[in-house]
Amino acid sequence: MSKTVSMALVRDQKTIGPLVKLLTLEAPEIAKNARPGQFVHLRVNDGPAPLLRRPLSLAGADAGQGTLTLIYRIVGQGTALLARLKTGDRVDCMGPLGAGFDLDCERPLLVGGGMGLAPLLYLAGALCPRPVAVLMGGRSQEELFWQGLFAEACRHIHITTDDGSLGRRGVTLDLLPELLAGGEFDRVAACGPRLMLEGAGRLAARHKIACQVSLEDYMACGVGACLSCTCAGADGRRRKVCADGPVFWAGEVFAL
Amino acid sequence: MMLNVDLAGIPMKTPVMTASGTFGFGPEYADFVDLNRLGAIVVKGTTLKPRPGNDGRRIAETPAGMLNAIGLENPGVDEFLAHTLPKLQGIDTPVIVNISGNTVEEYGELAARLDVSGVAGIEINISCPNVKEGGIAFGTSCASAAAVVKAVKGNTAKPVITKLSPNVTDIAEMARAVEAAGTDAISLINTLLGMAIDIHSWRPVLGNVVGGLSGPAVKPVAVRMVWQVARAVRCPVIGMGGIMTARDAVEFLLAGASAVAVGTANFVNPRAGVEVAEGIRDYLAEKGLTHVRQLIGRVNDFTGR
Ligand SMILES: Cc1cc2nc3c(=O)[nH]c(=O)nc-3n(C[C@H](O)[C@H](O)[C@H](O)COP(=O)(O)OP(=O)(O)OC[C@H]3O[C@@H](n4cnc5c(N)ncnc54)[C@H](O)[C@@H]3O)c2cc1C
Ligand SMILES: Cc1cc2nc3c(=O)[nH]c(=O)nc-3n(C[C@H](O)[C@H](O)[C@H](O)COP(=O)(O)O)c2cc1C
Repeated sequence: MSKTVSMALVRDQKTIGPLVKLLTLEAPEIAKNARPGQFVHLRVNDGPAPLLRRPLSLAGADAGQGTLTLIYRIVGQGTALLARLKTGDRVDCMGPLGAGFDLDCERPLLVGGGMGLAPLLYLAGALCPRPVAVLMGGRSQEELFWQGLFAEACRHIHITTDDGSLGRRGVTLDLLPELLAGGEFDRVAACGPRLMLEGAGRLAARHKIACQVSLEDYMACGVGACLSCTCAGADGRRRKVCADGPVFWAGEVFAL
Repeated sequence: MMLNVDLAGIPMKTPVMTASGTFGFGPEYADFVDLNRLGAIVVKGTTLKPRPGNDGRRIAETPAGMLNAIGLENPGVDEFLAHTLPKLQGIDTPVIVNISGNTVEEYGELAARLDVSGVAGIEINISCPNVKEGGIAFGTSCASAAAVVKAVKGNTAKPVITKLSPNVTDIAEMARAVEAAGTDAISLINTLLGMAIDIHSWRPVLGNVVGGLSGPAVKPVAVRMVWQVARAVRCPVIGMGGIMTARDAVEFLLAGASAVAVGTANFVNPRAGVEVAEGIRDYLAEKGLTHVRQLIGRVNDFTGR
């Protein structure tokens, strides 16, 4: 069985940015089968409220250690409950779910906005030692703790902030055309707000570079059963974000 | 041995089925649960033509429950027969197909198309709150509900289950109407019509504005309705609405359900269908009972109704 539900052991949880937590779980079965781009579905309590599981991307998985890394922002009740987990606690963890990134490339550029950088961190590690570049965007300097996390796996780190407090002032899509014009990349992998993904897909298509995007939507089951998170593909066929994705070729889900 | 039931001619290993729309077609959950250990799998609502479902946000979490407005997204009956049903043949569990039509004739046509081997029964959905035509429109009037049941019965040799909407004033009256029209069993409840509003944007949370409430929050309403229906009809009743554990299921059995279905619980615990059955068996043992039928309708309500 490739997907399981297991009572993962909390190894460690720490704060790494404003309202941002890094959670390390021991879940050997899941770690063994995981690929970058996949996610886990966590129960945040034992009772009926909040009822549904919460999806979080894998920000890392180590088959040898049997551990998973999750990076999440506290945005509501569910993530606030997760933030209370302490070393030694158990958490009901279902995964690995969804389809991950294609790794068949030589010179990838990863493009991430906000928490969209979480799955890209796992991807960067998996692509290393290939020359990996990352373009990361955030609101301001204090959100870009990501820089340190990516430093190990990435040769080039490009940064934009909305307020210009770090890197280029603006958003990732402002800097992306320049980076692609250099002709050094053979793959774009993006995760973040939908408009960013669509923009990245278009720019990559213009430069004839294959592009993958990781989508996000409200989901209940996480396995393709409830049809909460489906979207229309560019060919008119429906796609399930949780099961067919969350990672898609840009041309599958956007008219480029 | 303690759990097997015969539901209107459908032999089931346990009285615990999966509710339509909450378990896909079954294989989606095969990694997590042994599909052979379920009482029956009721597949997603199927229509004559493929349906893309509703636009915008489709689910919202609510206290101890959720609202959904999927809008019956499904690949259509042709695709189901050609590609999905063959994949279910290896599973030793009855497959019941939930059907939804825009007209009475469409229900009849769907029943005829699905009168094939591999389909153990038909569940008529006249209770979907999330589609503009058909659906609940048939489920809130006794006369049209009866017409749908007759059209389906006239076009299939399979056992027919009619799924009732809780969004009616008198559920017993609806139950009597569909029984008189020939249904072999009744299932309830479908979701309760609900709504959630985003207080920051002042807009409805769901793209469809309203949606169906399910999960633990609806359980007391569902138990009450199952109890009312079980007293009103002779045909077997399948109870559902908020079942998360065996204890919840036992309430439904005591209220008069011959079988139960788990829906929203699957999203939280993919093994719910099997665990609820195991829990019922443990409960029977604990009470010194030998068969689940010893629970059915045994609530001591002292009302004489
Ligand atoms: C496949 C997938 C992977 C994800 N990976 C990560 C990750 O690695 N790190 C991370 O921080 N977050 C991630 N998310 C988002 C995360 O699941 C939500 O932030 C979380 O479920 C919110 O739960 P809550 O109870 O704290 O907030 P709620 O009270 O449920 O919501 C708080 C706010 O967040 C919004 N929100 C909640 N869920 C979603 C969603 N699925 N899509 C869009 N907006 C949402 C709500 O509209 C609301 O404004 C991912 C989502 C998906 C679908
Ligand atoms: C996401 C979702 C989709 C559903 N789709 C259908 C459907 O296609 N046909 C149907 O008859 N009922 C459908 N239902 C209703 C369930 O089968 C069940 O009647 C209801 O959810 C109450 O049970 P529960 O509280 O255990 O979920 C759906 C429910 C949910 C939550």
